[in-house]
Formats: sequence, C-alpha cells, structure tokens
Amino acid sequence: MTNVIQVGSLEQGYGKTVVLKNINLTVNSGEILALIGPSGAGKTTLVSTIMGMLKPMKGDVTVLNTAMPNRQLLAKIGFMAQTDALYESLTAQENLMFFGSMQGIARKQLREKIPHAANIVNLVPDLKKYVKDYSGGMKRRLSLAIALVSDPEILILDEPTVGIDPELRQQIWNELHKLAKAGRTILLTTHVMEDAEEADEVMMIRNGAAIAQGTPEQLISEYDVHSVEEVFLKAGRQQDAHTNND
Amino acid sequence: MRILTMIKRILTEMLRDKRTLALMFIAPLFILSLLYFLFQSNTDQTASLGVRNVNTTLVSAVKNKHVKIHEVTSNQSAEKVIHDHDYAGVLSQSGDHLALTLQNSDQSKTAILKQSLQKGQIQLKSQAAVTVIKTQAKALKKMQAALAAVTRQMGQAGRNGQVGRPSMDKSVKNAPNYQVTTHYLYGSSKSTYFNTLLPILIGFVVFFFVFLISGIALLRERTTGTLNRLLATPIKRGEVIMGYLSGYGIFALIQTLLVVLFTIYVFNIQILGSIWNIFLINILLAIVALTLGLLISTFASSEFQMVQFIPIVVIPQIFFSGIIPVNQMADWLQPVAKIMPLYYGAQSMSDVIQKGASIVAIAPSLGILLIFIVVFLALNMLSMRHYRQV
Repeated sequence: MTNVIQVGSLEQGYGKTVVLKNINLTVNSGEILALIGPSGAGKTTLVSTIMGMLKPMKGDVTVLNTAMPNRQLLAKIGFMAQTDALYESLTAQENLMFFGSMQGIARKQLREKIPHAANIVNLVPDLKKYVKDYSGGMKRRLSLAIALVSDPEILILDEPTVGIDPELRQQIWNELHKLAKAGRTILLTTHVMEDAEEADEVMMIRNGAAIAQGTPEQLISEYDVHSVEEVFLKAGRQQDAHTNND
Repeated sequence: MRILTMIKRILTEMLRDKRTLALMFIAPLFILSLLYFLFQSNTDQTASLGVRNVNTTLVSAVKNKHVKIHEVTSNQSAEKVIHDHDYAGVLSQSGDHLALTLQNSDQSKTAILKQSLQKGQIQLKSQAAVTVIKTQAKALKKMQAALAAVTRQMGQAGRNGQVGRPSMDKSVKNAPNYQVTTHYLYGSSKSTYFNTLLPILIGFVVFFFVFLISGIALLRERTTGTLNRLLATPIKRGEVIMGYLSGYGIFALIQTLLVVLFTIYVFNIQILGSIWNIFLINILLAIVALTLGLLISTFASSEFQMVQFIPIVVIPQIFFSGIIPVNQMADWLQPVAKIMPLYYGAQSMSDVIQKGASIVAIAPSLGILLIFIVVFLALNMLSMRHYRQV
C-alpha cells in the first residue's frame, strides 16, 4: 500500500480567518477515508486544499508524491462538489461528455465509459433527459457519475450521500468498496454517521481541528462507546472542555 | 481540444435558450429601427405663433411651412395666451416695437420662430431696398427722357443716351441674384441627424448587447458553481477564458454582421469607406465588450447586480462616444473620453462611414481597442485565480 494523499501540519484560511489548524492525515491506496463533522467545520476547505484549489497557508499537501497545488494532477482526481454544478439546459449525457472531456478523456472512450458510470447511480434510463427536469436526488447522482466517469485513481467526494435514498446509498457504497479493492483511493466528507461506519478510516473535524482519527472500530473501543456517533459526541465534549481550560 | 468542447457546449446552451437568442438578435434591430423612425419625424416640425396688431406684410413674410399663424384679438397677456392655446410664441407690435414671447419648453420650436422672424425681417428690408431702387430707376428714366427730348431739340444724335438706358436696367435686375447649387460629400439634402448618429449607434448597440449577454452568461457559471467545477479539471485558466471568448464571440460576430447589414440595406445608409473596415471595427468592439462583460461579472454576485453595472460601465460610454462632440467638451472632460472603448469604436465608425477613412487612418483607434482587449483578458486571467490558484 502506497501513500496517496498526505497532509502535514496544515493551516488554512481566508484572509485573516483561520478555518483549519494543525491537520495531519494520510490516505493509502485502496483506502476510504471519511471526514466527518458538522457543517462549517472546515471539511470543504480541507477538500479544496487537497485538490489544490487553495494554496496551503502553512504546512504541505502531497498527492501521488506531487506537492499541491498542481493543475495536471487534477486529471487523476474525480471530484464531486458539494453543490450540484451541472448545466441545466444540457442532458445528463451531454454533461457527462462535457466534464469527461474536460478531464482529458477522448470522446470515443467516454461513450464507452458513460453507461458504466450511469449504471452505478441508476441513471441509465434518464441519460437523455435535460438536467433541468431532474429531481434533487437525480442531480446528486449525476454529479457522482461525473466524478466516476473518468475512472480516476483518486475520488474526492464532498457530501456524496445527501439526498440519496437508503437503497441507492447501499448500492453506491458497494461500488465504492469495489473501487477501493481495485486500488482506488477515496476521500469523502459526510455528516451522516452511517457513512463513517462504512469507511476504512475516519477523521472527525470540529471547529477547524481534528478531534479524533482512526478506524471506526479503533475509535469505538478507544472512547469506550457503542457507535461512531457516540465517539463524535464524546470527542466534541472533550474538545470543549479543553478549550474552556485554556 | 478543451476549447473546442467548451465552444460546442456554449453553442448548444445558447441555441436552446430561445429567449436569449431573440434578445441578442432582434432587440438591437428593434432599437435601431425605432430610432430611425423617431429621427425621420423631426424634419417637418411646426410651431404655432400667435400674432397681435402686427403689420400684415410682416406676418406674411414670417409665415412659412414650419410656422402656423394664429390671429390674437384679446387683450390678455402674452403669457396667458400661450398658456391657454399652447402656442410656441406670441408676437405683438406697438408702433415700431416688436415683442416676441416664447414658451421655450421645446427649444427646437423656439429656434423655428426666431429664425422665421429674422428671415421675415430680412425679406421685408430687401423688398424695401428693391422698391427704393425701382423708384430711383423711374426717376432716372424720366430724367433721361427729358434729356433725350432736350438733345433731340438741340438736333444732336441720341446715341449716348440710348446706350445708357438698357445698361441701367440690367444692373438693377441682375445684381443680387446668385444661383446656388449644393453638393454633399456624404448623404444628401434629405440627411437627418440620424445619419450622423447611426455610425455611433451601430457601435453602441453591438457593444451593449454583447456586454450584457456575455456578462450574465459567465455570472450564471459562477453562481451555479459550474465554473468552480470546471476548474477542478486540469483545464488551464487561459483555456477557460478563450473558450468563453470564442463561444460567445461566435454569437457576437453573427449579431454584428446582422446589425451592420440591416442598417446598410434596410435604412439604405450610404457608406463612403469600406464595409470590411466597418466589420473589423465592430468585431473588435464586440470582443472588447465580451472581455469587459466577463470581467465585470467577477464583481457581481447576482444578475441583479450585473444589471446595476450598466449605468456605471455602459451609459457613460454613450455620452463620450461622439453624440455630443468630444472636442466641444470642457477641457478637463475630454481626457475622460479617451478611456472609453466606445469612443474609439464610434469615432472610427463615423470616419469610415461619413469620411471614407481608410484602414490606415483608423489603425490607431483599432490599436487602442486591441490594447483594451489585452488588458481585459489579463485581468480576467487574474480574477480566475480567485477560483483556482494554479
């Protein structure tokens, strides 16, 4: 197993406001890491920094042994944004074709890959529909299909399971596990604890700091509780006690 | 490759957005046609003039097809008469004194009345002069006849006297009668202010609509997050900008061709210079508008804000585009015109259409438009950094 994503003592923010402090994380190939935390904790900022959309204020981010930001490396990352960034007047197929070719895949190859990606998210019958006629959940699934279509080495998914029904959620997780087994590296953010339990590794972020890190089983036994949710609550209380003592 | 895909996407999106297409192609033609008809009606304006106790010869001298005379008999004040009947002015006479009271809410009517009164007075004066000359001529004739009778009586040949008479008549008849033929370099005697305005208007219409549509289109990309998503792929920032530029540029090009051809063939406007120069100027102007629209959309966070930029970015450009001659402006105001892209565009349009300027003559203006494009493109590249720092 090789080290694919490496973040070392990262501090990040906008202007003078510090959003993230002292973040360290490592994701190996074939591993699924879930970033859990309430909204506003800094998950999206961390994801943006790993993708190289933002330059780290302090510390360093390395992806596939390349220091980020690096434009070319983005070709190896399949990204699903938190907001559905889709062209509403285009069909799903056209959106997939567009973002796929922006990712650098030849059109001919894309035509073969699109049905597979659409199948994972159950969108095959709706590929010819305009995105403006899609429901919220369908848009979410299409965004995921766009991230998957280039069959990238790394998947970075920002809140992939929001608005997706439990059945499909299970199907998506099965696919993610399959991809991980095939050596793909997956980093996702979520605030759903069930998602965290599916991940190989969990990192809990609260108020811009990592409050707990490890495999779900490790964390549950370490905090002496019964679920990941309880780990999060306990770690959060400890963080508050800590800051109050300071 | 990526740029081509972007162009294809923009074309597909635009072709499906029928309302925007209609706005882009029909609205400019509508505005130009409207202005065309508005300025046509301006030539046969009439002003009504109330007259009181005015010498009838003066009244008939003042009267022409632009002035409608109304006899006023009441003793009300001129102000009241104007107020009650909505006359453009009232002229009253007392002895040698003429008083002209003007409503002056419409300056063009005021000008018509002033001009007609002046003309009438000149006409009367020259008539009076002619009468004087005629009486003098009659007196001279009498004297000549008497002289001739005297000389005949004296038994001498009347040669000298007979020669003098016709030469006298000739000078009276011929002296002030010039024949004037007018030649027009541009346009004809039927030219209106619209002809002067049109070259500027073409430039403005092209600039305005391209600015608006490109600005709002990119704004939509920013607000829906697709721009951000696009920059999460390995596309270069320059490729994104070139993609927008070429995609929307195609529509700007079609629009420009449509506006120029429409004005030339439908309004039958005469062009002294080359039509290719006109296309060149407008295409450059459209690209300036496109790059400026993309840039300005960076500073707007909604369509509403984008529209509010129009009074700041677009409207002042009209004032300095030559509708009011720039060289007649206050000295400190003139340099302001020099920072407006439309000033250069409209200036060279007027030069080509009305003065037949060659490509060499308009080259400096075109060069400055190119500089605008380069500067705006560079600023666009910088503003993209906000979304992705490499």
